[in-house]
Amino acid sequence: MHAVEMKGIVKRFADLVASDHVDFNLEQGEIHALLGENGAGKTTLMRILYGLYHADEGQVFINGKPAVISSPRDAIRQGIGMVTQHFTLVPTLTVAENMVLGETGSVMINLPDVEEKVAAASERFGIPVKPQALIRHLSVGERQRVEILKALYHDARVLILDEPTAVLVPQEVDVLFKALLRLQQEGLSVIFISHHLNEVMDICGRITVLRDGHSVGTVQKADTNQKQLAKMMVGRESFGVKRQDQRQASVSSCLLSVQNVCAVDKKGLPALKDVSLEVHAGEILGLAGVSGNGQAELSAVLCGTQKTTRGKVQANGINLTNAEPASVCAAGVGRIPEDRHANMVGELSVAENLVLDQLGNFVKNGILEQDKIQKNAKTLIKEFQIKAAPGDRVRTLSGGNMQKVMLARTLSQNPAVVIASQPTRGLDVGATDYVRSKLLEQREAGAAVLLLSEDLEEILALSDRIAVIYAGKIMGVLPASEATPEKLGLMMAGSTD
Amino acid sequence: MLKLKIERAPAPVWMRSLIPIIAIPVTFLITSIIILLDGANPLTAYYHFLISPLASKSSAIEVLVKSTPLLLTGAAVAFAFNSGYWNIGAEGQLYAGAIAAAWLGMILKDVPPYLGIPAMVLGGFAAGMLWAFPSAILKVKLKVDEVVTTLLMNSIVLNVTSFLLNGPWRDPVSMWPQSPEIASGTVFFKLIPRTRLHFGIILAVVILIITWFVIKRTSFGLKMRAIGLSKEGAHFAGIKVNKTMLTVALVSGGIAGIAGAGEVAGIHFHLIDAISDGLGYSGIIIATLGGLHPFGVGLAALFIGLIDTGAQTVSRAMGVPVYLGDVVQSTLLLVTLSLFLLQNYRIRRVK
Repeated sequence: MHAVEMKGIVKRFADLVASDHVDFNLEQGEIHALLGENGAGKTTLMRILYGLYHADEGQVFINGKPAVISSPRDAIRQGIGMVTQHFTLVPTLTVAENMVLGETGSVMINLPDVEEKVAAASERFGIPVKPQALIRHLSVGERQRVEILKALYHDARVLILDEPTAVLVPQEVDVLFKALLRLQQEGLSVIFISHHLNEVMDICGRITVLRDGHSVGTVQKADTNQKQLAKMMVGRESFGVKRQDQRQASVSSCLLSVQNVCAVDKKGLPALKDVSLEVHAGEILGLAGVSGNGQAELSAVLCGTQKTTRGKVQANGINLTNAEPASVCAAGVGRIPEDRHANMVGELSVAENLVLDQLGNFVKNGILEQDKIQKNAKTLIKEFQIKAAPGDRVRTLSGGNMQKVMLARTLSQNPAVVIASQPTRGLDVGATDYVRSKLLEQREAGAAVLLLSEDLEEILALSDRIAVIYAGKIMGVLPASEATPEKLGLMMAGSTD
Repeated sequence: MLKLKIERAPAPVWMRSLIPIIAIPVTFLITSIIILLDGANPLTAYYHFLISPLASKSSAIEVLVKSTPLLLTGAAVAFAFNSGYWNIGAEGQLYAGAIAAAWLGMILKDVPPYLGIPAMVLGGFAAGMLWAFPSAILKVKLKVDEVVTTLLMNSIVLNVTSFLLNGPWRDPVSMWPQSPEIASGTVFFKLIPRTRLHFGIILAVVILIITWFVIKRTSFGLKMRAIGLSKEGAHFAGIKVNKTMLTVALVSGGIAGIAGAGEVAGIHFHLIDAISDGLGYSGIIIATLGGLHPFGVGLAALFIGLIDTGAQTVSRAMGVPVYLGDVVQSTLLLVTLSLFLLQNYRIRRVK
């Protein structure tokens, strides 16, 4: 009998199938990994189990009995607890108060009683937490332990952890793993969502791999290795636009150089650690990596929207370390950012957005040259096949057309260096091919293109050389001819084999 | 059973410009309740409110007089709001301008009008900027919420005014706390003899046109609008967000300061405690009602000027308190804002 069994789960979001007839089962007392790339459908599946989403098709069994889970409340009642990446604790309340938050069983709360129970649970499961401590005084790792304890306090027998190590420093990961093993001994079952091969091999008994909403298979740890898992995780057919030839990069001049750059993330934790890269004229350097390993920060640093804590950035012979976006533009760096919604002004028109980062070319004595702006918009709309009128607000455009506006603005200025960050994310096949062909055009024209992508297929199709980033460090740089999905997959997962 | 579902679906663009026009009848419908409670007939009341002031030439001119400072505070607020700087302090900046004007009126004894009037305008502008400066610098340097600081600056300047009028600037010959009469060379000239309509309204219209030109036609205007619509997008495009916002905040304060100078130089000729009875706050209503577009602001200012005048007419004719004008204004703001919010949703029948 399985603690949890999910059969034929289907979940659609509009025309995207996030979960396509997925089967999954969890045994009593095991730590089971759910492995996959971003967007593979791991979190969707678990959100269905926890009642946050409703499956369009399929059935869930808890301890062999069919179960209807339509809300987290139902899930908790069935003994399922989930710890998400975003914690749900109230910072100004104590640990004990957070435990009973949302409990409406009785009017009065006997806090000393709760505190005693929390202390007992903390002792029993080996998760050290002070019941009286205020959440805001706790570290991220401690908060996570409180989240776990909270699930246990509500008698969870199945614990879902959604990328629990993403927010932790290595020492805290060790503490977490010790706690998980202790829970396993107590007979609890744990579902461990991750895309880190090391961790999965470290702690899990069985591993289910998801890819593009499908289940690729479930394997025993003893029967597999990191290489096989990497292949299961990333292997897929490639399609569409591809580069034609291989460049000998080192012969051409270096247009973008990043030297020992360090930077911190929004929480102030190190996100980039001594990153060094060189991109030469007429080549595409692909930077592969699983999301959240420092790509966003590197892109922001190169685009001028984030400061470094150390290191040097030079483009086109100009020092751009900690430069403002205006100087980055002026130095001939074209930027295609990860978040096109945030980095354009959605309520302004297509025509206005197309000139926003080069106003100097469209202004005379401080006054906008409307004719020139409109003409520029018409030309670029035609050239880049944007389905929109110059006066349309950018917000009303589809993702693909929005991206084309960004491309048009950036590439029409003939940049010497192009920073393209997830340039095809969320685009349909046609738009994806178009964006890729434009990047290849830039490479032909002699630009140095840095392509940051989580899509390995894209990296393999376009890059002349491929670098891999993991936990803010460059794991290595390979010529495209030597790179295979398996090799890259291992590096992306931080494998030290 | 009939089931209704509320879903998010933005209304078409043309509907947005209709919102202020829809808001007005809705507002009058709501405020009718208050008039009925006071035992008056709402229809007669609204006749006196909206039609009577325009029926005679003298009261129609009075509408323009009332609108003069409102055009400026409305322009000041709309200018700031366009760049996402929520200047709630037009009231205080207006007082600062009025203080500066009263001071200039005291020291510029024998100045000719062609020097005195520009001095009053520039003095008002400078003082308004000065009063807007602390909030603006706190906003761009330390990200302190400008809504709070500009509002607090209002209280400070009110007390400064009170101090000046009851202390150093008190006119010894007057019964009331007021500053000495300003020099004749600094008085704004009359446009029509034997009325209160003065040069200020020309100034206000010119400033309104300039703000329109700056916002819609210059690169600075595009930059400030971009910042107002998306700070992140503007920053990414290389626009200097802080510098632009600081400039906008100061100019906004300056325009409100001119409104204060105009009230001193064109209407009262003294600094008095009640130089503004919420003109700066009305500016927020006007800017919102006018959709932050300078020409919309112009119309809205005239409308609020009409309501202010009408409130007095209603009060005289029917004994309804003048505060009805304030009630109508405030209700109008709430209704307009609600409509702006509600336009993002639609109600749909579900089977």
